[in-house]
Amino acid sequence: MRCDVVVVGAGPGGSMAAKTAAEKGLRVVLLEKRQEIGDPVRCAEGVSKARLSSMIKPDPKWIAAEVKGARLYAPDGSSIVMSEDKSGDEVGYVLERKIFDRALAMDAARAGAKVMVKTRALDLIRANGSVKGVRAMRYGEIIDIEADVVVGADGVESKVGRWAGIDTSLKPGDIEVCAQFLLYDKSIDDEYCEFFLGNELAPGGYVWSFPKGEKLANVGLGVIGSRSEPGAPVRLLRRFVERRMPEARIVEMVVGGVPVSGPIERTVADGVLLVGDAARQSDPITGGGILNAMEAGIMAGEVVADAVSSGDTGVEGLMAYEKRWRESIGKQIARHLDLKEFFIRLSDEDLNNLMHSIQSEDVSKMDLRGMLRVLIRLNPKMLWELRHLVM
Amino acid sequence: MITVNRYVCGYCGACVGVCPVCALELVETWIEVSDGCIECGRCVKLCPTGALSLEEAQG
Ligand SMILES: Cc1cc2nc3c(=O)[nH]c(=O)nc-3n(C[C@H](O)[C@H](O)[C@H](O)COP(=O)(O)OP(=O)(O)OC[C@H]3O[C@@H](n4cnc5c(N)ncnc54)[C@H](O)[C@@H]3O)c2cc1C
Ligand code: SF4
Ligand code: SF4
Repeated sequence: MRCDVVVVGAGPGGSMAAKTAAEKGLRVVLLEKRQEIGDPVRCAEGVSKARLSSMIKPDPKWIAAEVKGARLYAPDGSSIVMSEDKSGDEVGYVLERKIFDRALAMDAARAGAKVMVKTRALDLIRANGSVKGVRAMRYGEIIDIEADVVVGADGVESKVGRWAGIDTSLKPGDIEVCAQFLLYDKSIDDEYCEFFLGNELAPGGYVWSFPKGEKLANVGLGVIGSRSEPGAPVRLLRRFVERRMPEARIVEMVVGGVPVSGPIERTVADGVLLVGDAARQSDPITGGGILNAMEAGIMAGEVVADAVSSGDTGVEGLMAYEKRWRESIGKQIARHLDLKEFFIRLSDEDLNNLMHSIQSEDVSKMDLRGMLRVLIRLNPKMLWELRHLVM
Repeated sequence: MITVNRYVCGYCGACVGVCPVCALELVETWIEVSDGCIECGRCVKLCPTGALSLEEAQG
């Protein structure tokens, strides 16, 4: 089989790349190793309304709930409220990703991409030293798919980058390991996303509750890998739920890892580029990665179309992608990496003090950066090393 | 040797992403371990469900 570009992985990043490239007239193959796109879910499903809507028209079919904002709790229970439009890229809509991911893949198919499920990429094919497509296993048979460019959109477990010589392996401090229950409980706030901080609750991470309507919510937590132990996320989550919502009815379980390494050294190789979690483009502070993956996917699709039409699909031809994402989403990812490195070191007492210092301020109209600016003004000594982030 | 308790594993792929030598692979709902494993233990530490263990090879 021959095409212009083969995209490995039909998550949000891969489907947007495939759709964009197909719209530009390329022959696109989109591979997904699972037999059902989007399932099992590895996500809390929160996204900002404005940023999502700038890329795709919101469809009630894949929106589980809309929220008014976010409530943030310090370890001692003190809290602040942030409005939806300022709460960052994870607050706004809570999606139904099983439907959302499939809808994005369908959009790619409608644009002309050939979608192949239950098809797992096994390795890159090379000819005369250049990448010439991927070898895959489809329904148990080995097939070769020849292409000028391979887009690695294969998520946290990404192999495409490694096959191309880019070491994407995550060290323990580069990953948040997570567990989540979809649960029904009377205590769920249907209108707000909630975030609970604390080293006892979730070392180097946080607990979240993202409502999905009628007292249903994704309640989960992430632990920084360097402070985790075998099975810790599931254990800590069970403890949280047993203590705070002993009557909860758990109807689904999710586990997973989110890259929080920040930008990796390169995301482009000869005939290969990486998008989304595969490129470690998820946000180091929130763990949100859907929107960055989609934006990177669009950029990748556009650059690949240019590269194929100019005939330069080597590193040079694809370099525009690397430049574009670093200058856009990459800036925030890099800033948030510094923030993460700082915040995972804070004790519960530090977190409480920070929360108390800001409680008397009106933060409801501030975004993360504005809030940080206020926090630094109020706690200059403690937050001195972060001041470059708000300049 | 790395062993996977399939009854515990949630097939999330986190272990695959952290393995420094690409010795793991997630195939639909199970994890395969290749001979390349250097027994560094990283995947064991990071598995969110505790499905992995590093056991002394027999004999
Ligand atoms: C518990 C948890 C909570 C999260 N909460 C949020 C949140 O609230 N908001 C948010 O924005 N982000 C969240 N994230 C992060 C978000 O899920 C990811 O950033 C996002 O899915 C990345 O999209 P992607 O397209 O890069 O990769 P993915 O969505 O992971 O898709 C990769 C796809 O590639 C496929 N694949 C892998 N290898 C191969 C192969 N060899 N051949 C063929 N196919 C392959 C996989 O099966 C998968 O379908 C969360 C993550 C976790 C684990
Ligand atoms: S990290 Fe653990 S739960 Fe996830 S796939 Fe690997 S063994 Fe299974
Ligand atoms: S022990 Fe180390 S080398 Fe072996 S599979 Fe786990 S992470 Fe990979």
